[in-house]
Amino acid sequence: MVKAIERSGIPVVHIATVVPISLTVGANRIVPAIAIPHPLGNPALEPAEEKKLRRRIVERALHALTVEVTEQTVFDK
Amino acid sequence: MSKIRIVHYINQFFAGIGGEEKADVKPELREGVVGPGMALNAEFKKLGKDMEIVATVICGDSYFNENLEEAKATILEMIKAQNADMLIAGPAFNAGRYGAACGTISKFVQEELEIPVVTAMYIENPGVDMYRKDLYIIETGNSAAAMRTAVPAVAKFAVKLAEGATIGRPAEEGYIERGIRRNVFVDKIGAQRAVEMLVSKLNDQPFETEYPMPVFDHVAPGNAIKDLSKAKIALVTSGGIVPKGNPDRIESSSASKYGKYDIDGISDLTFETYETAHGGFDPVYCNDDSDRVLPVDVLRDLEKEGKIGELYRYFYTTTGNGTSVKNSNEFAAEFTKDLLADGVDAVILTST
Repeated sequence: MVKAIERSGIPVVHIATVVPISLTVGANRIVPAIAIPHPLGNPALEPAEEKKLRRRIVERALHALTVEVTEQTVFDK
Repeated sequence: MSKIRIVHYINQFFAGIGGEEKADVKPELREGVVGPGMALNAEFKKLGKDMEIVATVICGDSYFNENLEEAKATILEMIKAQNADMLIAGPAFNAGRYGAACGTISKFVQEELEIPVVTAMYIENPGVDMYRKDLYIIETGNSAAAMRTAVPAVAKFAVKLAEGATIGRPAEEGYIERGIRRNVFVDKIGAQRAVEMLVSKLNDQPFETEYPMPVFDHVAPGNAIKDLSKAKIALVTSGGIVPKGNPDRIESSSASKYGKYDIDGISDLTFETYETAHGGFDPVYCNDDSDRVLPVDVLRDLEKEGKIGELYRYFYTTTGNGTSVKNSNEFAAEFTKDLLADGVDAVILTST
């Protein structure tokens, strides 16, 4: 789906837990996630802390969308 | 020749430990066969070969992929301690994380222990593209229903590897093409063979190319967003988030459709309103709070704060497990028309 959307020219950022699969699939902007059953959360945290964690990942994804890339790039910090 | 000692790698599901709720189990070694290993051993016996699965390593698919280095190191030690002569991993069919795990551990063992390895998957398993160049991957059907044909194919190939026999071409041996070229002597010169292929092609007869062209399917990255505070952002997920009750009945795997849902005015996905239809991961955490897969709450906050222009009023969703590349392409090609028509500037796509 990442490629089919991006083919239209709309930039896509892929938030994915298994980064090697995302690379194989062909995403260009990749942000690593937390875990397979909860990519954007961590049930072990307090709800407020968990939301902060989610916000950090989303902000990183938004940041990735503002960066020009010429090849597959993993935004891991 | 003494007995060939084989270690078999399988996941929690094929070990009978459990489904997705057990996908986080750590590596465990059991003596003898577990699950599909039984059929493999029977096959070796039938072929009259002194080869046997002496131990089985079991690891949860999520654990393996989320703790790659630890899992690899632990499993390597387990296999080493068995004095294994060979590793068989899978078959993984079309299970993505299982395929990635089978490929990863096979390559690692091949390099570190220098023993023959063989694994088996369906052609669209992401593990295939990750490791086809490094490994012999026997091609299987797309679900465990194909176990009956996969087992003899894997066993037959394992025998060849163990005996150091010459491995023929992919189509003859049943493994997925690795992109290796080998010089061979043939009776007919190239021009004759080329003309024969052309004639076959013109007659709609089958023919096999001697030099398949690589398929490059890279898509150029979309241009960066200049000003996020004016951007319209859409959410898409392969994590199967749906309104509670799954009104469009999106399948829990091998999806034949996607959903488009209105989130106008919704600022939080709760356990009362949303859930996942995805059958490929433990749904407990996601059903409890679907923002953990589709971060609507955070994007609403960012929208209010003016950090992004707007969150697009629909999200698109399907279940990514076992869903064919063809279907996924078609889904996205179709809904991307909406995105373009409605002036969406960028997409956040989340996967479990």
